[in-house]
Amino acid sequence: MQNHFPENEAFYKALSKRYGIATVWQILFLSALLLAILSLTALIYNVIDGAFGYIAYEYKNDPSEFTSTPINELTKEELLTILKNNLSTGAYKKLDNEQAMSTRSQADLLNLFLERLIQIDTKQTWSMTESILKGEKIRQETKTNYPEARIEFRSWLTPQFLVSPMSSKAEFAGVRTAVLGSLWLVGIAIAFALPIGTGAAVYLQEYAPKNWLTSIIQTNINNLAGVPSIVYGMLGLAVFVRWLEPFTSGSMFGITDTNGRTILSAGLTMGILVLPLIIINAQEAIKAVPDSLRQASFGVGATRWQTVWHHVLPNALPGILTGSILALSRALGETAPLIVVGASTFISVDPDGPFSKFTALPIQIYQWTTRAQSEFHAIAASGIIVLLVLLLTLNATAILLRNRFKQKY
Amino acid sequence: MMNFDLRKKPRLAESLIQTLLFLAGILSIFTTLAIVYELGKEALLFFNNPDVTFVKFFSGTKWQPSIGNYGIWALVSATLTTSFIAIFISLPLGLAVAIYLSEYASLRVRSILKPILEVLAGIPTVVYGYFALLFVTPILQNIFGESIQVYNMLSAGLVMGIMILPLISSMSEDALSAVPRSLREAAFAMGATKVETSLQVVLPAALSGIGAALIVGISRAVGETMIVAIASGAGPNFTFNPIQAAETMTGHIARISGGDLSYNSIDYTSLFAIALMLFLVTLVLNLISQWVVNRFRERYE
Repeated sequence: MQNHFPENEAFYKALSKRYGIATVWQILFLSALLLAILSLTALIYNVIDGAFGYIAYEYKNDPSEFTSTPINELTKEELLTILKNNLSTGAYKKLDNEQAMSTRSQADLLNLFLERLIQIDTKQTWSMTESILKGEKIRQETKTNYPEARIEFRSWLTPQFLVSPMSSKAEFAGVRTAVLGSLWLVGIAIAFALPIGTGAAVYLQEYAPKNWLTSIIQTNINNLAGVPSIVYGMLGLAVFVRWLEPFTSGSMFGITDTNGRTILSAGLTMGILVLPLIIINAQEAIKAVPDSLRQASFGVGATRWQTVWHHVLPNALPGILTGSILALSRALGETAPLIVVGASTFISVDPDGPFSKFTALPIQIYQWTTRAQSEFHAIAASGIIVLLVLLLTLNATAILLRNRFKQKY
Repeated sequence: MMNFDLRKKPRLAESLIQTLLFLAGILSIFTTLAIVYELGKEALLFFNNPDVTFVKFFSGTKWQPSIGNYGIWALVSATLTTSFIAIFISLPLGLAVAIYLSEYASLRVRSILKPILEVLAGIPTVVYGYFALLFVTPILQNIFGESIQVYNMLSAGLVMGIMILPLISSMSEDALSAVPRSLREAAFAMGATKVETSLQVVLPAALSGIGAALIVGISRAVGETMIVAIASGAGPNFTFNPIQAAETMTGHIARISGGDLSYNSIDYTSLFAIALMLFLVTLVLNLISQWVVNRFRERYE
């Protein structure tokens, strides 16, 4: 009889070969994972790298034309006088209307002085890595290329950046308008989607009979979760911006200076977009409430709604809220539908209600990224850091909420 | 004598609440209908235009609505190229990550690694766009020289692959962990190594779930907007060459609708025709993947 099974030497040879192959594959699997982590690291590094670094700039007007004191030693009062004397009356009044000049901080006034009177002209910017590794070379290059230029290490992400409105000069632009716009949008979206989404989830889990209609609704919700966000943008454009214009522009309520491209339209579009996510998450949360609770409630004679309101929903609430926060962070980062619905490209006044024009943080980041000048890339990076910190805070809240209220049945 | 009436009483408030909840549930159906109706209505206006024919639309390779060229292939070619690159990257990597997480990693390692992947999945796409344009493209240009254009489909596709990776890996991992332990134990008992078990026993058993992950991944890649709008180029260009700039369907919609469009212009209606196509393609892909997942689930339960 012939033995097909390899023996002795042949066997061990084959075995060690198999183990060799096993190790190779294992290394491949692990390196795929490392590559994913590396990409994340590279992305974060890239953003931080862009937000700090050397900047070479020239003064268009010499500071000595306005004052003899060095710029950094100017007091608030001196700055006020300089601005009042040198700005045109109209421009000064406009600024005063936005925020009374006397109540502004010294840093704010100094910025106005630099922006409006001296007028900084950025020649070149460098990333953080370049600035650290090639600092000396950058200084020399600047000296030969722009003998007039000053060079300094600048953090583009400053407190000033957070509170300044949009500006056409990158050095003075900020994200206040955009952040406020984003908060409005997300607020409207969640106010719309949370009650409806929870209601839909309650219906599907607690009320819906097992029939074809229910299964169509369920399949449909799962599908909506996979529809590209830009398609929701088109829906919002057709329905909220165009069809419901009298409502979304506020002309129904006597507001006349806008068209349908308002915060309200965008917020409702976002609401429709996150609705499937909220429903699916709420369904999971409701599913996790044990049946014994319902049966106990029915057993003492409670109606279906009493059972849902007093027992199912309170127990599912942490899960529903966690899901909503995740949906919220999705809405915060969405860009494409906002472009389609018609975010304003340049807007420097704070949104003052649902019927104002809007911009949002991701929209600003998009616009700054697509500009050719490198100083706009630097503020795009700073904007991204602001966005990521906001998202991180939201997600951390969601995780805390989930752990804190996690109930074991 | 007390008189209890134990029959069910009609309660107005209860039925009212039930109706409201039903309306909330049915709203999602209206959303879908509204999408189909609105996109369809405007797309119909577009196709009713005397210059536009179905044949031209689906066979032309030039997209210039202002001078009467309506060839959707100019945009589809870029969508196909970027999506292909993205899947080419994310499928093998995502699968490898999934196998590592489900077959190799200890519980502790998993609890550290999974949140990292979730962070990757939660980053807004506009941030990926920034990354593609200002990090990946310069690196590609350093490696391959100036033949790589500033806007190119390669870097957009690569970054899109990174974006889709967590989706594919988490769906594949679910599929892999749904494979019963008994299959693995049987393989180990036969003397198979861990890799042989993973690749020749567990992977084939989870193939349908992985297929579903692939399909969802494709649908995500086709519908992704911001990365391609930022990094892939702003102008229709019929090419499959990844080092060139070309505009995808989504990128085109984003760029054109960003400006002030007059309603009923051919530019406006053509966007809805493109969006309708996008919607139908992703709808079909999502339906297929759901069908696959459901079938797969039945088999092991």
